Amino acid sequence: MTNDLMTDEFDSKAYLDMELLRFSTAGSVDDGKSTLIGRLLYDSKSIFQDQMDAIEAASAKRGEEYVNLALLTDGLRAEREQGITIDVAYRYFSTPKRKFIIADTPGHIQYTRNMVTGASTANLAIILVDARKGIIEQTYRHSYIASLLQIPHIIVAINKMDLVNWDEKTFNKIVQEYKAFASKLDIKDVHFIPISALEGDNVVNRSEKLDWYKGPTLLYLLETIHIGSDINHIDARFPVQYVIRPMKNDYHDFRGYAGRIAGGAFRVGDKVKALPSGFSSKIKSIVTMDGDLQEAFAPQSVTITLEDEIDISRGDMIVRENNVPQIEQEFDVMLCWMNEKKLVPRGKYILRHTSRECKCIIKEAKYKLNINTLQRITDDIEIGLNDIARVSIRTTVPLFFDSYRKNRITGSIILVDESTNETVAAGMIV
Amino acid sequence: MTDYHLNHLKELEAESIYVLREVAAQFENPCLLFSGGKDSIVVLHLALKAFYPASVPFTLLHVDTGHNFQEALDYRDELVKKHGLRLLVASVQEAIDNGSVREEKGFNASRNALQTIPLLEAIEKNKFDCAMGGARRDEEKARAKERFFSHRDEFGQWDPKNQRPELWNIFNGRKHVGEHFRVFPISNWTEMDVWQYIYQEQIEMPSLYFSHKRKVFERDGVWYAASEFIQNKPTEIIEERIVRFRTVGDITCTGAVFSEAATLEDIIQEVAASRTTERGTRADDKRSEAAMEDRKKAGYF
Repeated sequence: MTNDLMTDEFDSKAYLDMELLRFSTAGSVDDGKSTLIGRLLYDSKSIFQDQMDAIEAASAKRGEEYVNLALLTDGLRAEREQGITIDVAYRYFSTPKRKFIIADTPGHIQYTRNMVTGASTANLAIILVDARKGIIEQTYRHSYIASLLQIPHIIVAINKMDLVNWDEKTFNKIVQEYKAFASKLDIKDVHFIPISALEGDNVVNRSEKLDWYKGPTLLYLLETIHIGSDINHIDARFPVQYVIRPMKNDYHDFRGYAGRIAGGAFRVGDKVKALPSGFSSKIKSIVTMDGDLQEAFAPQSVTITLEDEIDISRGDMIVRENNVPQIEQEFDVMLCWMNEKKLVPRGKYILRHTSRECKCIIKEAKYKLNINTLQRITDDIEIGLNDIARVSIRTTVPLFFDSYRKNRITGSIILVDESTNETVAAGMIV
Repeated sequence: MTDYHLNHLKELEAESIYVLREVAAQFENPCLLFSGGKDSIVVLHLALKAFYPASVPFTLLHVDTGHNFQEALDYRDELVKKHGLRLLVASVQEAIDNGSVREEKGFNASRNALQTIPLLEAIEKNKFDCAMGGARRDEEKARAKERFFSHRDEFGQWDPKNQRPELWNIFNGRKHVGEHFRVFPISNWTEMDVWQYIYQEQIEMPSLYFSHKRKVFERDGVWYAASEFIQNKPTEIIEERIVRFRTVGDITCTGAVFSEAATLEDIIQEVAASRTTERGTRADDKRSEAAMEDRKKAGYF
């Protein structure tokens, strides 16, 4: 195995200017997901000797013949005992070009909620296809979730090419089949790579056995794919998290609105509007401990002060005067149900949207989706754990939102059960 | 047109500041667990940024095993003075004296696991509804499953199989009376990110992290600082070596590494070249395969 990823002399200046890419993987027991992650971590020198020693010892204790790289990702005792991934696990590795966060999720249908969770923050999803089996139900499911959660980039990694004699035709057939299916989904950017995770072909190093494939290796694509446009840089949105009032003599009248920019950019002097009050003002300053900024953009965390004293508190939103989000009390969401306790029709829940919290009622469940076939089910719309459904919601106060397609932050909500306080559902505003 | 692009340290910083502000907004009486280790130092630095120009709206809570590196205590006290912070100390020694915990016996006795009870007692006594810590998911396999906002029941216990799903950046800190949350603002940082950030921000660090001369001895392949708190076996030879520490915790279970790294840049080089994780020098994790998971379930940080 070659390790040309890390040079011996580490360049600290270059490291300070790396991009962050978050990607998700979903897979079940034997499609090679753990092997692939193990391969990426191992080949990028992100598995350390003491971790390797620990999993070697654990594998030996379990009587396994080879070092089980899944033990690296399956962190909970129950997961190791049962040999399955239950929860989302986060893994980290970096190359000289990028830092990566992997949200590693189980692939079985009973863990749809975990896949949705892992997908919610991802820029990219790797969907594994076993070259011998081609496109299967699970491929459809993972792709649909990636499309529903608006993951901007998808890599379909066609794995186990070694078991189909590195055959180009098999690869092409799967690509055609996938494209036909994906045309029904809302997927913007999709790439196909033939790989063998077990032997490392086209994962980090280019494979001679796949000489008919002229595209990039998996890691090269992860390192270079353009992610600069993944964030909405057009519609300026600033949900207020917290009001900063120092109560110090030097800052006697200071009143700053702290938050993380959810879209677009704000400049000093911009004419802005505060929601829900509708009052207008101008941005006086953008404050950080490292000095004031002339301009700030998503996803920066800053503190904004305004020229005029208007009443703004947590849950309010500062936007540009000529670009306001939708302001509604009734809207439709695609809901992923995440709790054992089923959705109560006409039930009341607590809704959280950006920094705002209010009560809401489920007005109507319109349809439930069979996420393997994408068929809409309208005759049985009981919504339970892992179901995905379109529902209408009415809130007690107006929300200021964009469609989820337009902005993943201002277009997403969660529902919380009033009695247990558990997060029971995730919703994407249609 | 401006290039709207943040490098990964800026993006991690923005995420952590967001989490800290959510804590201030969602909880009535949060505290920040502060050990004087590099991770809690970084969390404190981020908190200073998150609420600037106001003061940090949290109390610092130090769970003190009584087996400290003096350098870490000095550093802590100076920092508290410099930023006008409020510090509370929960003492393991007191808990031992009043009988809430019993000291471990034998050569490998450590007070590390004993910190759980005084921590939970301090949370209850001071009515803290949230305790923030500098734990990172890359540190340890049980921590890789941890949420940013992690719910604890009325006994302070963690139920890893029944965690609330955490989506996008919406954190659900709702709880019943008597329950509390643990929040980990730097969940997504790696050891390398922490050091690079310390370097970028030029944060002053305790001297323990830099190469120095110290009396050490070897036990089970790990080099420990010789101290009055450790009972040495007759075969253990105390010698003076050039060392530094990659983590700073209880002196009896924190291993040293032989190192000449005297500056932040040296440390970054060393971390980049290292083939073992920082917790490879922590005896508390080596007790069993699920040692951390078990301690965390009971209420450890």
